[in-house]
Amino acid sequence: MSRIRDDYETSRWKKFKGWLNGETDLLEHGMEAREAVLREEDPIVLPPHGEGREVLKSKGIWRFKQLYKFMSVALCLGVILTLLWTVAALPITGNADNPDNNEVAARYIERGLQETGAVNIVTGMILDYRAFDTFGESCVLFIGSCCVLLLLRLDGSGRDKDLERLVNETNDRHFEPKDDIILQKCSCVLVPVILIFGIYIVLNGHLSPGGGFSGGAVLGAGLILYLNAFGYERMGKLFTEKLYKRITLSALTFYCLAKSYSFFTGANHLESGIPLGTPGAILSSGLILPLNICVGLVVACTMYTFYTLFRKGGM
Amino acid sequence: MKLFEGILLFSLIVCALSVAFTKDLLTSIIIFMSYSLIMCIIWMILQSPDLAITEAAVGAGVTSILFFLTLKKIKAVRKEEDSEQDQG
Amino acid sequence: MNVNVIQHLLLSIEETASIILFGIGFTILLLHRNLVKKIMGMNIMDTATYLFLAVKGYITGRAVPIVVDGVQDVEAYINPVPSGLVLTGIVVSVSTTALMLALTIRLYERYHSLDLDEILILAKEEEEHI
Repeated sequence: MSRIRDDYETSRWKKFKGWLNGETDLLEHGMEAREAVLREEDPIVLPPHGEGREVLKSKGIWRFKQLYKFMSVALCLGVILTLLWTVAALPITGNADNPDNNEVAARYIERGLQETGAVNIVTGMILDYRAFDTFGESCVLFIGSCCVLLLLRLDGSGRDKDLERLVNETNDRHFEPKDDIILQKCSCVLVPVILIFGIYIVLNGHLSPGGGFSGGAVLGAGLILYLNAFGYERMGKLFTEKLYKRITLSALTFYCLAKSYSFFTGANHLESGIPLGTPGAILSSGLILPLNICVGLVVACTMYTFYTLFRKGGM
Repeated sequence: MKLFEGILLFSLIVCALSVAFTKDLLTSIIIFMSYSLIMCIIWMILQSPDLAITEAAVGAGVTSILFFLTLKKIKAVRKEEDSEQDQG
Repeated sequence: MNVNVIQHLLLSIEETASIILFGIGFTILLLHRNLVKKIMGMNIMDTATYLFLAVKGYITGRAVPIVVDGVQDVEAYINPVPSGLVLTGIVVSVSTTALMLALTIRLYERYHSLDLDEILILAKEEEEHI
């Protein structure tokens, strides 16, 4: 004789059976994104489905399209064949006597360790011999993030407050996946490892493979993962727009001051006055370590800013 | 090693071609991600680990995330259009 | 095509592959009307150029340009110059990609289309209206 259960309706077995039969959705609350509402743009005055789309179907356009396809395939094949013919005239890859392995590379390899103090010759090259070039690259990154900011930033001027909030919420700009326990637990383990690995790559840029660019990208990826797991509120305690401005500005200014004074001394060799130290130690090779940290900070901030701008249109 | 490199280069070309021929944008983004990872191994073979680290973090990580976000924004707008048509 | 030419192309197979990848990217850029696909083709062209450049500095049988045990012989390491150039190029290509994707999002918000032909026609109609 079996025992009769009164709470059968709410028992686990019932829920499990319902889930098996597809009646209930266990992920009902808080997992899925909300319905989207269009971001309000300037009203476009357009005839609805006007003659424009009809033009695309007319016969002349169709013929032009076929011709265009044919011509572009022909052009691409022509480009490929011409370039392959050129490659066939170039010296074979991997040969030590090739003309691009000239005295410049030899000088970097033979004297690099004494002149820059960096064990990694690539880092010594891009942050000492060609440091001004790298300064231009980090400025390109900064300008790139400024342009994306101009294009994707949301400001509430001239718009209804409530409507703006609604648009922001439904456009996935403030949506935070709070209940995603798998992502949170995984990122609890992964994020510290990724961040420490990024810091290691940045700090050891002059000793081992890596440097500011690669380490900064790893750091930025770790920050993006943290943001995805824990949401904007917790990230806001760590990283704000003010902090971004301060970090980027001070890093770029330090870089600029450290390297551009050579113009005032007649573009001579860049003497930093810092002793080079023993090669292989972490505190060696003069200015390369601080410059690596600057580049890493700029790159990490840029990657993180790209993500937040694409996701919610602000910091 | 030369054979392995040849196989990797061949699969690189296959990935690029399938990016061209895939209709679905999401699929082509994922194929592009694997293209970046294969490229990362090729950098390792060509004795430049600096490039390998950067390519793995940037090509397979940040660029793909940006593509995904763009796709999500576009899908969000498209969903709205559909619901408008249903109501109208 | 000459047998010699084909043999030469097979010997420098990385350069051949990078040229083919460049061609594929260029074809995607020309033939696809979808803007996201166009940006992907542009990225493929980017990586093909980097591959070509980095292969130019590769020398068979030599090691990474990181000084080990104080060996500073030119015979021991590959050419470090192309690696440095490509390293900065990869990071800058991300920012150009992000810029193009942001422009794509704005275009889609205005014209509700990813098709370049439709966008051009809509923009022209809009101009005529004003």
